[in-house]
Amino acid sequence: MTNHWVDIKNTDLVLIMGGNAAEAHPCGFKWVTEAKAHRKAKLIVVDPRFTRSAAVSDFYAPIRAGTDIAFLGGVINYLLSHDRIHHEYVNSYTDFSFLVKDEFGFEDGIYTGYNPEKRSYDKSTWGYQIGSDGFVVTDPTLQNPRCVYQMMKAHYSRYTPDMVSSICGTPRDDFLKICGMIAETSAPDKAMTVMYALGWTQHTQGSQMIRTAAMVQMLLGNIGVAGGGMNALRGHSNIQGLTDLGLLSNLLPGYMTLPGDGEQDYQTYIDKRAFKPLRPGQLSYWQNYGKFFVSTMKAWYGDAATAENNWAYDWLPKLDKGYDLLQVFENMHQGKVNGYICQGFNPLGSAPCKIKVSNSLAKLKYMVIIDPLATETSEFWQNHGEYNDVDPAKIQTEVFRLPSTCFAEEDGSLVNSGRWLQWHWKAADPPGDAKNDQDIMAGIFLRIREMYRKDGGAFPDPILNLTWKHRQPASPSPEELAKEYSGKALKDVTDPKDATKVLVKAGEQLNGFAELRDDGSTSCGCWIFSGAWSEKGNLMARRDNSDPFGIGQTLNWAFSWPANRRILYNRASCDPSGKPYDPTRKVIAWDAATGKWGGADIPDFKPDSAPEDGMSPFIMNPEGVARFFALDKMAEGPFPEHYEPMESPLAANPLHPKNDKARANPAARVFKDDWATFGKPDKFPYVCTTYRLTEHFHFWTKHVRLDAITQPEQFVEIGEELAREKGIKAGDHVRVKSNRGFIVAVAVVTKRIRTLDVAGKKVHTVGVPIHWGFMGIAKNGYLTNTLTPFVGDANTQTPEFKAFLVDVEKV
Amino acid sequence: MQVTRRQFFRICAAGVGSSSLAALGFAPGEALAEVRTFKLARASETRSTCPYCSVSCGLLIYSLGDGAKNAHKEIIHIEGDPDHPINRGTLCPKGAALLDFVHSPNRLRRPEYRAPGSKEWKPISWDDAFSRIARLMKDDRDKNFIATNEKGETVNRWVSTGMLAASASSNETGYLTQKIARSLGMLAFDNQARV
Amino acid sequence: MALQSLDITARSATTTPVPTARQTTKVAKLIDISKCIGCKACQVACMEWNDLRDEIGTTTGIYDNPRDLSDQSWTLMRFSEVEVQPGRLEWLIRKDGCMHCADPGCLKACPAPGAIVQYSNGIVDFHEENCIGCGYCLTGCPFNIPRFSKKDSKAYKCTLCSDRVAVGLEPACIKTCPTGALVFGSKEDMILHAEGRIADLKERGFSNAALYDPPGVGGTHVMYVLQHGDQPELYAGLPKDPGISPLVSVWKGIAKPLMSLGIGLAVFAGFFHFVTAGPKEIEEEEENRS
Repeated sequence: MTNHWVDIKNTDLVLIMGGNAAEAHPCGFKWVTEAKAHRKAKLIVVDPRFTRSAAVSDFYAPIRAGTDIAFLGGVINYLLSHDRIHHEYVNSYTDFSFLVKDEFGFEDGIYTGYNPEKRSYDKSTWGYQIGSDGFVVTDPTLQNPRCVYQMMKAHYSRYTPDMVSSICGTPRDDFLKICGMIAETSAPDKAMTVMYALGWTQHTQGSQMIRTAAMVQMLLGNIGVAGGGMNALRGHSNIQGLTDLGLLSNLLPGYMTLPGDGEQDYQTYIDKRAFKPLRPGQLSYWQNYGKFFVSTMKAWYGDAATAENNWAYDWLPKLDKGYDLLQVFENMHQGKVNGYICQGFNPLGSAPCKIKVSNSLAKLKYMVIIDPLATETSEFWQNHGEYNDVDPAKIQTEVFRLPSTCFAEEDGSLVNSGRWLQWHWKAADPPGDAKNDQDIMAGIFLRIREMYRKDGGAFPDPILNLTWKHRQPASPSPEELAKEYSGKALKDVTDPKDATKVLVKAGEQLNGFAELRDDGSTSCGCWIFSGAWSEKGNLMARRDNSDPFGIGQTLNWAFSWPANRRILYNRASCDPSGKPYDPTRKVIAWDAATGKWGGADIPDFKPDSAPEDGMSPFIMNPEGVARFFALDKMAEGPFPEHYEPMESPLAANPLHPKNDKARANPAARVFKDDWATFGKPDKFPYVCTTYRLTEHFHFWTKHVRLDAITQPEQFVEIGEELAREKGIKAGDHVRVKSNRGFIVAVAVVTKRIRTLDVAGKKVHTVGVPIHWGFMGIAKNGYLTNTLTPFVGDANTQTPEFKAFLVDVEKV
Repeated sequence: MQVTRRQFFRICAAGVGSSSLAALGFAPGEALAEVRTFKLARASETRSTCPYCSVSCGLLIYSLGDGAKNAHKEIIHIEGDPDHPINRGTLCPKGAALLDFVHSPNRLRRPEYRAPGSKEWKPISWDDAFSRIARLMKDDRDKNFIATNEKGETVNRWVSTGMLAASASSNETGYLTQKIARSLGMLAFDNQARV
Repeated sequence: MALQSLDITARSATTTPVPTARQTTKVAKLIDISKCIGCKACQVACMEWNDLRDEIGTTTGIYDNPRDLSDQSWTLMRFSEVEVQPGRLEWLIRKDGCMHCADPGCLKACPAPGAIVQYSNGIVDFHEENCIGCGYCLTGCPFNIPRFSKKDSKAYKCTLCSDRVAVGLEPACIKTCPTGALVFGSKEDMILHAEGRIADLKERGFSNAALYDPPGVGGTHVMYVLQHGDQPELYAGLPKDPGISPLVSVWKGIAKPLMSLGIGLAVFAGFFHFVTAGPKEIEEEEENRS
């Protein structure tokens, strides 16, 4: 979230699209009802199903699953063609006036540089025109046809209301009504918030859906303001924290990235990431990358990380390609993976295409499960009848199942969707012999380390030198680990302007990332968390819930990264002269008297940079402004374009009916053998989408009696028209099948799923909630990833669980 | 108003019955109307955060006893923390059911081991499990570690063993796991954010 | 806690006058259906707090689970898909459960001394240790709420968490409600709160939004804000004009004099049947048909 949960109460309009906040995040959704009650806010829901969110909305419109870019592109077209945008904001704070390279182009759905064999782009033309001064060339008059504004306007002019309605199946009038409601928030004192979740991420073009919505928000001036923002409602209690800490195949802590094979030279690695400003007077905060990186390496390798060995740069593994979940299962399927550790993760249910996942796991030599609950994955080798029909005798995998503690039995911090790090305390001992995760990780690691110490082996240096300064080595305490990622001074840290002034004494905890150094004098395991545990103590445990400004900014409750800041890009809530666009919801403002920015939040800006300096609000970008034109950052193009889901009821993309390359996402990675597993609409005519129910949490709560009572048995949802066609009544058992397998479940027949008119044909949607499986105390059911295709978003490789094809029949 | 014969009979029966019962000495005692005793009066209260979604609802966990050494802190009730700025005491159906998660019959209690081809779990001690896992990991790493690629570039990676980390675990666990995974050279390493 | 008995305003099958010297604030739960997302947190919190666990049932093709109120489910959500305005679907979700009537038909109908009481704060509470399982409370209830346990044949229903309210806490369902569809306070405040909500709903196009506080039962301590106040039956059959069953008047008007005449031993035997076996469902259905 750019903003945070409580801030939603400050909004005038809520757009829930690509998510179902009432269903999946009920207690966060309360702030929508607060905005409705206290600000007369309106709620719009756009979803293939009339959801629980829709039940309390002011306006609902249906949409075909997987067509959100078409819808939002249509909104962009509406805003630009009706001139309902926040002019000062886009002119001052975005790349509207920046000129794009002449070589860059877009033809019939494909951008310049496409290689159909590799399904990827050479992105060298996807850039700005750079002047002789090294800065981007701009045209403040916005007349140049190569300026981002003109190019974007031309790009989205194809997204007419009729085209939107034809692709999305959304009635034209409903679409236009929503455009009108959204356009209202282009007023400087109006804000819209966008709340989304897996309904956008789980598509082959999910990242671009989110990007299109962010572009809408930029046009309206709704980023950085109270009650605005792009708000990703994340699915797990610490999925934000684990992402922040870089537990993804290509990441280091704090969104630093692992080097690739080609990056053999340390300084080149740093320079490539320490972006120099692309416009005069801009901060370009990533210029400090080296400080973050060296401090992390000092935290990990201590005295063994030195200037001489480039802070142990070579000890980091280098990437020859992505090792995302899908790639790893592909490798496993090919027999290239021997061991797999699942720490609180249930891939047999969570990864796509169960049959492929199951066959892959069976090729492992060993598997380690660390979990509080008996998961399906832990028994992938066990025969559970129709729900998991395997022969254990044929599966040679050695499996360990290690019981871990749950939240109630441990201390520690979690990061919520709004980036708050909050501490929690142990209430009881775990059942039986269960251990906490730190002890389990330590138990395995210390034994490996001892073997390397004794026997040697492949490249033992990073293992032997990993810092392990724990009072009880077999049981690293949460307090010690929290202090380590928050960071401390290894030598006295002095003021860069005055070397005699000591800011932090050697051995003390740091106050924040501004104190990090790239000379080895500071240690910090995760720079964005820096200051969470300072000399003042554990700020994550703070419990002062006072809200002095009345807009929900409880700055002394817990700690929010970065730097306890609650609303990102908050400089953009003020006009160029530093005055808030909406004084009634002031986040920060420039105070000429003190020469500082301040207010209800920590400024997301250089705190003493006066408005006259001309520094722009988006300080993490080297341009200083927000980008409509994504440069080379996205796999499938600088402007989001609608492509059909990999499995779609349409034979062609209505925007590019003659170009088969532009039917589905041209940059989505598909493994060779998986093409044959995709289904066609002749055999699988219905659009299927999977989702969660409010009564359950993923695959956990089927182990929880109270939740099993309230939603005991697997079901699928179909509309009344399809039910009539197929002779299905509510309560009948139906078989839903894709080209990869089938599930059987009870039918819920509902008015809430409408049949849509799409490109001249009727399209039915089948809804499949995910929560059942073959373990648990709820009624057993089929893992729904039995149905889903093994393909992901072109940027993140997040699987396409939200739009694929099935057939339905009465059993 | 219509009263069936059966209803009339039942009305009389109950009426007579109750007064007659009293006459026979079966009166329900003093029949003091008391509300159920408030069950949390001296239970221990611990602040926590809901382990499910990312709203981060504050929790009050109530356990038996006052923390005395001889009292086992059995968790008896969980409700929302009214001081928490986000949930303000509320909980969704999952959060409100957390007591049954903590006490789920499917909680794992002992380390278990499944041998190749076997149909069943066998108990294993923590020490044996750790040692055996460490051995398997080291052997695989030693055999398949890639120090340099075909171009001779230093790459120091180990991709024949992978890991999925838990995005419901704490930052402290996550940080420790990240450190360990990268020190081993692991790249096949993701968390639920990927899906 | 025994002193709570002094705060009783009515007690089933009891002729002793109730103490009236002390008055407590009348409380009420307000259920704003326009804010309800049907998440069932109230159902879960109710079971959790009251140490109840209903059966893990089956899905019958609708979202309602468990399928009906029971001795273990004192409240549940009832889902209705309606189109009041053609083409504009509404998913109306009503939390069902005891309405805590000011004039409680269950209490009036109950022949077991002290099995049903009404506190001066408005809560109507069942004291199962005194319940004889006769089923009269259900006959007396205009909302079809009390349910009988298969284990002990006694009647159970929502207590409005009288144990929590007694120590100054809100009921479990109120506290947990994520969207604030459930609020709790003095009845006076709840009516005021409802007025604000109704004004807001009218602005959003629900011209018939209204408070449901039916006078036929003297008003209730559980009230609804309905978007379509003119059509309460849209909400899974919420009765438009509920009143106490005529049977209860029979008990008051005829049975008492008859009783004083002390008729027939057969009747006496019949009573013991109720005590030992509880009501038979078939009898209940017959009554409904008649």
